[in-house]
Amino acid sequence: MKKICISVGLLLSLMKFGYAQSSEKPAYEKRKLKVEEINLVSSYYQQDGNNSAVTGGIGSEKLTDLAQSFDLVLKTTDRRNRQHTLAFDFNIDHYTSASSDKIDPLTVSSASRSDTHVYPSISWTVHNDENRTTKGISLAYSTEYDYKSYGINLNWAKASADNNREVSLKAGAFFDTWTVILPAELRPDGYGSGAHGDTDPVDHKPRNSYNFSLSLSQVINKRLQVLFTIEPAVQQGLLSTPFHRIYSKDGSETVERLPGSRLKLPIGLRLHYFAGDRVILRTFYRYYIDDWGMQAHTINLEAPIKLTSFVSVSPFYRFSHQTAVRYFAPYGQHALTERYFTSDYDISGFNSQFLGTGLRMAPPGGLFGISHWQSIELRYGHYIRSTGMVANNITLLAKLK
Amino acid sequence: MTIRTSFKAILSASILVLGTTSCVTVKEYQKSRINDAEMELSARKSEKFEQNFYLYREGAAGANGGKSGGGCGCN
Repeated sequence: MKKICISVGLLLSLMKFGYAQSSEKPAYEKRKLKVEEINLVSSYYQQDGNNSAVTGGIGSEKLTDLAQSFDLVLKTTDRRNRQHTLAFDFNIDHYTSASSDKIDPLTVSSASRSDTHVYPSISWTVHNDENRTTKGISLAYSTEYDYKSYGINLNWAKASADNNREVSLKAGAFFDTWTVILPAELRPDGYGSGAHGDTDPVDHKPRNSYNFSLSLSQVINKRLQVLFTIEPAVQQGLLSTPFHRIYSKDGSETVERLPGSRLKLPIGLRLHYFAGDRVILRTFYRYYIDDWGMQAHTINLEAPIKLTSFVSVSPFYRFSHQTAVRYFAPYGQHALTERYFTSDYDISGFNSQFLGTGLRMAPPGGLFGISHWQSIELRYGHYIRSTGMVANNITLLAKLK
Repeated sequence: MTIRTSFKAILSASILVLGTTSCVTVKEYQKSRINDAEMELSARKSEKFEQNFYLYREGAAGANGGKSGGGCGCN
């Protein structure tokens, strides 16, 4: 928590300095790019459990993740009065994982015993008020020790004449590369560990994802609006995690093996209702099915309550139920005559609950004497999974305008 | 239940929900509540990292492959 406060404080100081400089520029530049919004998000996550897939479905799942996000939105208007939005999103998280140490206990080659994940993205959106359309493109990059990803997203949306309805389409493609780091005892002769300084060769395999999304939003009346979404996705390539061990009934050992493609189909319905003058009900339901045999239902309820015009608290509760993929079995339960096998509890059958609360402050004159500092949000949630895993997550968001 | 029948069931339920709730034309000046920051139909910015950990910890958490499409989601 202390780390989060320090990092947000430092970033806010930089922002204040930036604003002070820009205000001195001449006022005649009517179409210059202006800072519309800056979001600083810091988050701390920790979990524990006893079903690590690295050790075949048993062992510590202890993990911590400190994440930071810097999100800058710039806006301008062109000669045809179209609104252009440029958004830069820089994310970094540093995590430690007890189970990754077990990939190679002797040399600690560690794909992610302690690793830093960096994932920036940039997007450009053009909104035309005349025909009520919005078009956009975004590019994304992600890197960590053993994984790299390049992504592109296209989006298009059109609103109705009365602005009460909007249809939107999105399509994205991500081209990823895995470094195939194997558990130490299962490496063939001459196969590398993947550790820095090890010159023995290591395989690299692709994993590509193609996502599509169709959304329809509708204002029902002055207090109620809904959103329907359908988001099919296809993944191809190395979908198993190469350093996940599998132990069979006869005690023999191998690595996880899963099919080379996966088709996913989530369908969601979001309904937001402004009840009375102080309470908002945000509800979300999603049904999920894929061709690995998993089905799931997720319900999310959140009720922001406005204590005053500037302060609100938002208790929330999320329940999720998923069935196991057909290739899952716990430690020591697989028969290696099977074609595919995994002991990864993230794709096993379980119920999960996530509950907590958020606190939001947005005074009209800005926070702590900084007029640009529009709002601050603190959010805490506790996660419980029926497999025994527990996790806690705390997030701090500062918004500047 | 196959993907096709499940899809039909969900689609029918959604159409039913939307259809049974009659829409009225809401003018811009009547949208003070609809335009409230808490009424936004997208997920909150403060939920960003929560959604990332769902993607890692629940196989059914979404159609995306991980954080910005990347990230192995291991450990």
